[in-house]
Amino acid sequence: MILLVIGLLAWWALPDQLGLVTRIAITALFVLSLDLVVGIAGLATLGHAALFGVGAYAAGIFALHLHVDPLLGLMVAIAAGSLLALASGAFLLRYHGFTFLMLTVAVAQIVASLAQKARDWTGGDDGLSGFTMGPLLGLFEFDLEGKTAALYALVVLAAGLYVSRRVVDSPFGLAVRGIHENRARMAALGTPVVRRLLAMYTLAGALAGAAGGLSAQTNAIVGLDSLSFALSAEALVMLILGGAGRLHGALIGTVVFTLLHHTAASINPYHWLFIIGAALMAVVLLPPQKAWAWLRSRRGAKA
Amino acid sequence: MSVLLLETRELDKRYGGLHVTRKVSLQLHAGDRLALIGPNGAGKTTLVNQISGTVAPTSGSVWLGGEDVTRRPQAERVRAGLARTFQITTLAPHLEVQRQVELALFEREGLTGRAWRSIDGYPVLAAEAKGLLSSLGLGEHAGWPTERLAYGEQRLVEMALALALRPRVLLLDEPMAGVPQGEGQRLLAALDALPSDLAVLIIEHDMDLVFRFAKRIVVLAEGAVLADGTPEAIRNDPRVRTAYLGH
Repeated sequence: MILLVIGLLAWWALPDQLGLVTRIAITALFVLSLDLVVGIAGLATLGHAALFGVGAYAAGIFALHLHVDPLLGLMVAIAAGSLLALASGAFLLRYHGFTFLMLTVAVAQIVASLAQKARDWTGGDDGLSGFTMGPLLGLFEFDLEGKTAALYALVVLAAGLYVSRRVVDSPFGLAVRGIHENRARMAALGTPVVRRLLAMYTLAGALAGAAGGLSAQTNAIVGLDSLSFALSAEALVMLILGGAGRLHGALIGTVVFTLLHHTAASINPYHWLFIIGAALMAVVLLPPQKAWAWLRSRRGAKA
Repeated sequence: MSVLLLETRELDKRYGGLHVTRKVSLQLHAGDRLALIGPNGAGKTTLVNQISGTVAPTSGSVWLGGEDVTRRPQAERVRAGLARTFQITTLAPHLEVQRQVELALFEREGLTGRAWRSIDGYPVLAAEAKGLLSSLGLGEHAGWPTERLAYGEQRLVEMALALALRPRVLLLDEPMAGVPQGEGQRLLAALDALPSDLAVLIIEHDMDLVFRFAKRIVVLAEGAVLADGTPEAIRNDPRVRTAYLGH
């Protein structure tokens, strides 16, 4: 709720930066989806872009060939993301640790090369474009300034956050957190471990698909980069930056990363990654308790 | 004779050339207090793992309440009334103790598929968890993350989780292992307070506890049943002395 308000404030206060607001909201939704897998279920993945990309392509193809309504397209993207998660998860989730990690990379690469080969559907290396979205709810046209797009993305993000919060705080979410902490214990309590993980993975697929769909609809283009390893890795960096396993960490991480990127790149376009790297090291090496203690001791020294 | 709840028929487990359990046949009835003893490497934990479903036997079968569950996954055996504790504490370290017990209750009630109502929306189960923890003397620490408990208390949480499932058969794998002298009393009290109709199989190295708790003892040596009888008979069995003391 608070985040939606902040988002709306940003939308209202930064009319020149609506593109950035939209991008942050979409990326945050994607990183939130990643948090369900990495932070909540405890499964390290580097193939999450597959779920994002398949949603993006599904939304793009749907708009191009079938219907231009954005909400219908979003539903299609959600369905595509969850279906891919369900199908790939049924195979992937039998493994864990390093095997799981490597297999997620493999699945994402397979999906990416399929997208590259299927030129007739995806436009291959040129990307998928040439579709224009109809008005949202039949009322709000996507304007050039991006007002509608930013609001749309923020509302979907808020919905995604609400659903995730409810699910994580439910008995099902507690069981998945339990599996994260101790698989053998949960199995001994009678939890069908793989089934529970698959359900969570499918939900993550739905959110990642929604993020991909939003990206396709607001940019009116889908490229192969939406399936790339770099996107998976970047999302993981954002999640770690904001703190995994708490859901709002996904939002914080995305905002911090994107703003750092934005400002650092304008100061020095070649070395902005250096700053991201330094921030990441600080977060990983400094546990929050230590950071707080350090801040407090500094304040104490000043006073 | 009371109801037969758990039976193993000629359970055999080989890892390559290693023969870990050899045709072990056991019966456990309601109210039984059976201790499984034997030297290290006798195959006690492997036997418990085959019964609970984490290790598949090479041959032989496991029967729960008159049904062959040898090919059934662990989750189904739990639902059929089989609970266990682990030799090495196996808990979710960062979950609060109370949450951990609630999780077992959610599982027992078949609620962990529910993904919308908050975990705080089940007051009856929360009260049951609290009651269970209090009965084990853990009421004060219910809100603590599990990892902050003393080791003996974590062993009690293991017991609480198993009891929360309201099992008919309980497998205790060395409940006293690693517990410092001073913390053992509450565990002993918990063992004494187990429901009288529960069938209990306990693995334990502490012979004082075994002879105090068990009404029947099975001695396992090199994977096979060496002796099966009352504590009195086992105490006086020369083969058992040889297996333990080597002369």
